[in-house]
Amino acid sequence: MTALAALIRRDIAIALRVGGGALIGVLFFLTVVVLMPFALGPDLALLTRLGPAILWLGALLASLLTLDRLFMADHDDGSLDLIVMGRTPLELACAAKALAHWLAAGLPLVIATPVLGLLLNLDAVSTSAVALTLLAGTPALTFTGMIGAALAVTLHRGGLLLAVLVLPLSIPVLIFGVAASQAAISGLSFGAPFSILCALSLVSFVVGPFAAAASLRHGLD
Amino acid sequence: MTLTDLANPTKFLSLTARLLPWLAAATAILLAIGLYQSAVAPDDYQQGATVKIMFIHVPTAWLSMLVWGVMSLAALGTLVWRHPLADVAAKAAAPIGASFTFLALVTGSLWGRPMWGTYWEWDARLTSVLILFLMYLGLIALWRAVEDPSRAARAAAVLTLVGAINLPIIKFSVDWWNTLHQPASVFRMGGPTLDRAFLIPLLVMALAFTLLFLTLHLAAMRNEILRRRVRALQLIQAAQAGRRSA
Repeated sequence: MTALAALIRRDIAIALRVGGGALIGVLFFLTVVVLMPFALGPDLALLTRLGPAILWLGALLASLLTLDRLFMADHDDGSLDLIVMGRTPLELACAAKALAHWLAAGLPLVIATPVLGLLLNLDAVSTSAVALTLLAGTPALTFTGMIGAALAVTLHRGGLLLAVLVLPLSIPVLIFGVAASQAAISGLSFGAPFSILCALSLVSFVVGPFAAAASLRHGLD
Repeated sequence: MTLTDLANPTKFLSLTARLLPWLAAATAILLAIGLYQSAVAPDDYQQGATVKIMFIHVPTAWLSMLVWGVMSLAALGTLVWRHPLADVAAKAAAPIGASFTFLALVTGSLWGRPMWGTYWEWDARLTSVLILFLMYLGLIALWRAVEDPSRAARAAAVLTLVGAINLPIIKFSVDWWNTLHQPASVFRMGGPTLDRAFLIPLLVMALAFTLLFLTLHLAAMRNEILRRRVRALQLIQAAQAGRRSA
């Protein structure tokens, strides 16, 4: 098995087994979506209108929450140093870790969306639109969040700083994700914002690993 | 005196000690000229005297983006060339850039109330400048979060370069989206559409604010170099005290 595949397999196994990284994210997603009607009031029509936005915000915050475990656990037990010093290019190793993190933490959010759509009185079209945009957008959130996670890896209380650094970079993904969902629901041009959303994900696949690798190399002395 | 001589902090300190009084004087003179020209500029036929906020709002907005550009160059200097003073330049520029962005947002907001009827609007230009302000604050937070200045420099350099993507977004936001903020009137294809009676004071004020940034930046760099020397001396003192008591 190649080094990258082994790295992905290891990360997924750790995320699913220890500390419940995957399920904690979904639980937080559920909590946020449940809190919204308490704040907005039980008006179902309002919840339907705001549904895509609430789901996207919940997914954004949930993926932010699980981001610091991307590098922190490896840094604490020393395996991050081994990865940085290894023969595999660090950029590919970062990309592999981000992919594993998305499979373990981002994909469950997408799978949980239909259930949560019921709580917000969304119909089948709206829910599938939101799920599709989340499927295209959560990789962007993970890969750009990886940059912040790499910058904050050496800070022990870096959790909040991580959020402050990552959120401005995630705003375009949020804007186009919600725009695509709303377009699908109202029947307007879905292709344009969805294409831009996919483009943002593709760009983050390239920029994220390079920036994260540069941060790790320079930050870990 | 070559560019590489400037990499020596001591030479930099002595050079800027001689240069700063002249820069400060030039800044003061240009600001005085610019403010006078702004005061005697004619009133706009639609906006009246309120148009004169432009002479502060536009230069501070230009400076807010220029400072991030300067920090990006400094970031390249840190990561690529390991220039000794690049991280000092980047750290010193961040609070100044944040202040200029804040001033641009506040003066724009005060201008918007009489002109548009609202202090704030979530259009593309205002939103992207607000995000720039948040990124400045995040960068300053990152600088202060890491104890060792040179390690903080490398992390901040990566964040600065990643954040530089925001600059073209801000510049072209009024072209790409339907915004309340007016489109480009100076830096556009086909030349400026601003009348000379307004364009000249605007450019003088822009030059004055740029010199102000340069003066403040060099002074802040001097302070940062001295601060690091103090820190190094404190570390040596603490190490010696430890050795003596051990």
